Amino acid sequence: MSEQTHGSSRRDDEPEDVTPARAQQQSGDVDDLLDEIDSVLESNAEEFVRSFVQKGGQ
Amino acid sequence: MASPSERNPDPHRPRVMGLETEYGILLAGGGPLTELQERLDELHPMHLSNAVVRAYGQLVAQRPTGWDYETESPLADQRGFELARSDALAEQLTDVESGLANLVLTNGARLYVDHAHPEYATPEVTTARDAVLWDRAGDQAMVLASRAASEVLGREIRLYRNNTDGKGASYGSHENYLLHRSTPFSRVVVQFTPFLVSRSVVVGAGRVGIGQSSELAGFQLSQRADFFETEVGLETTVNRPIINTRDEPHADARTSRRLHVITGDASSSEYAGWLKVGTAALVLALVEAGTWPDPPRLLDPVRAMHEISHDPTLRATVELDDGRRLSGLDLQQLVLDAVRTHLARAEEDPGAEAAELLTGWQQVLDDLRTDPARCADRLDWVAKQHLLERYRERDGLAWDAPKLALVDLQYADIDPRRSLHAALVARGRMRRLVGEAEVEHARTSPPTDTRAWFRGQCMRRFADQVVAASWDSVIFQLDRERSWIRLPMPDPLRGTRAHVGELFDRAADAGELLALLGS
Repeated sequence: MSEQTHGSSRRDDEPEDVTPARAQQQSGDVDDLLDEIDSVLESNAEEFVRSFVQKGGQ
Repeated sequence: MASPSERNPDPHRPRVMGLETEYGILLAGGGPLTELQERLDELHPMHLSNAVVRAYGQLVAQRPTGWDYETESPLADQRGFELARSDALAEQLTDVESGLANLVLTNGARLYVDHAHPEYATPEVTTARDAVLWDRAGDQAMVLASRAASEVLGREIRLYRNNTDGKGASYGSHENYLLHRSTPFSRVVVQFTPFLVSRSVVVGAGRVGIGQSSELAGFQLSQRADFFETEVGLETTVNRPIINTRDEPHADARTSRRLHVITGDASSSEYAGWLKVGTAALVLALVEAGTWPDPPRLLDPVRAMHEISHDPTLRATVELDDGRRLSGLDLQQLVLDAVRTHLARAEEDPGAEAAELLTGWQQVLDDLRTDPARCADRLDWVAKQHLLERYRERDGLAWDAPKLALVDLQYADIDPRRSLHAALVARGRMRRLVGEAEVEHARTSPPTDTRAWFRGQCMRRFADQVVAASWDSVIFQLDRERSWIRLPMPDPLRGTRAHVGELFDRAADAGELLALLGS
């Protein structure tokens, strides 16, 4: 039985858990994150989203 | 091995599972294009997908593998009849050799073109964690493949781990669970449906747009929910059923059936993927035990599936046939309680992963009840919604803003250079379950505890002598003068490293291997 509060199956060599408390503390730098994501996001959202047309699948 | 007449499945036999992912595919524009590069826009996505799969074959120096269709029966129905071939849609005839690229990989997986998408099917595994690991290995293979194909074509091919284009098309992320044949299929339908209908609160990937073609602006829990139109059926591409009845066990049909679960969203979050597979396997163990006295029965499962997905506040309730109204969280809790009761009563130890899954599942349900934002480190829909809400706030966007649809799409881009999910992981905002080195190992190495080990080793060691393979067979041609030898592998738990590892150590070629197997 795992003793971890969140029951993950992580191993010792993995990055530490992001607990809910820590996740909330981080909300302060969300705007930094958005800025960073803005630099990765396709610049012409409308055209890009329009071009994403898939044929059906299963 | 259990005999066909045995009523109770062997509780000690590991659950054999596997995942299939159809990737969304896009040929990106951008930059000045030559006339030739421009003409690539006319390429059918089937051929674009083919280019991706072929590029991977070249990358790993592997020629396309034949696929042995002998035991495939996509028209056989779990309800006990077979659809006449003339009544079937061409799309259902997936056992007809299409001429498109197919690779059986050294990790035991299959990489191929299905319909108009590149698809990766994991090797058979026996734990949810391994399912996540070999699924991630598939993403890694696809990233390499798409980069290599982009290089060849001179234009960028992008692959997405999502399930809809928001314009009416949907493609699948399927789960497969091997069940004992003695479990009545009607019981699977009754007892598994409420779980599948309500699990979007936990494992939905989140979607901008409501309705198959995003007729309504807004955010919902699931990519896939709106594409389900019936409760039980054989189809996977039209009139999709919550419980798919395809009866193609890829194993001994007298003892096994494969439940082909088609409702799920492709998970980007490793934790969500782990919960998706792990909780489903736990519920199926409960269903197989046949000891659930009072499973909930939904009045209208299809409608319930849509209603639960459409309410990210998680307050929507759906009606049961006894008049009660329960929320998606209530339903998940009810199923979890039944699983817990079953495991407590069971005589055998359910294993460490089952205990971790119960804890993780309960924690997620508790956190969702308190404040869904608590799950932003584990669940895709919560992480995605959080990003979208911050964009809405900062930029004053309405739900029909193209930028929000773009965030939804780019969250699922599998290339870490562009993926918003990968950006969240890199910043420590979302948990990982598996390490990069492990994923890279799994890209080329099979699980050791299923027949995938045999298949993978054959491809690694003797690919030149393998004419074709399938989930339950390998066909060899030892040299050009000799005829083919088909080796059936009906038991997914034979052909493991423990069973045949030593034979591979001793065999210098496939002929010696077959001789050793026969002796």
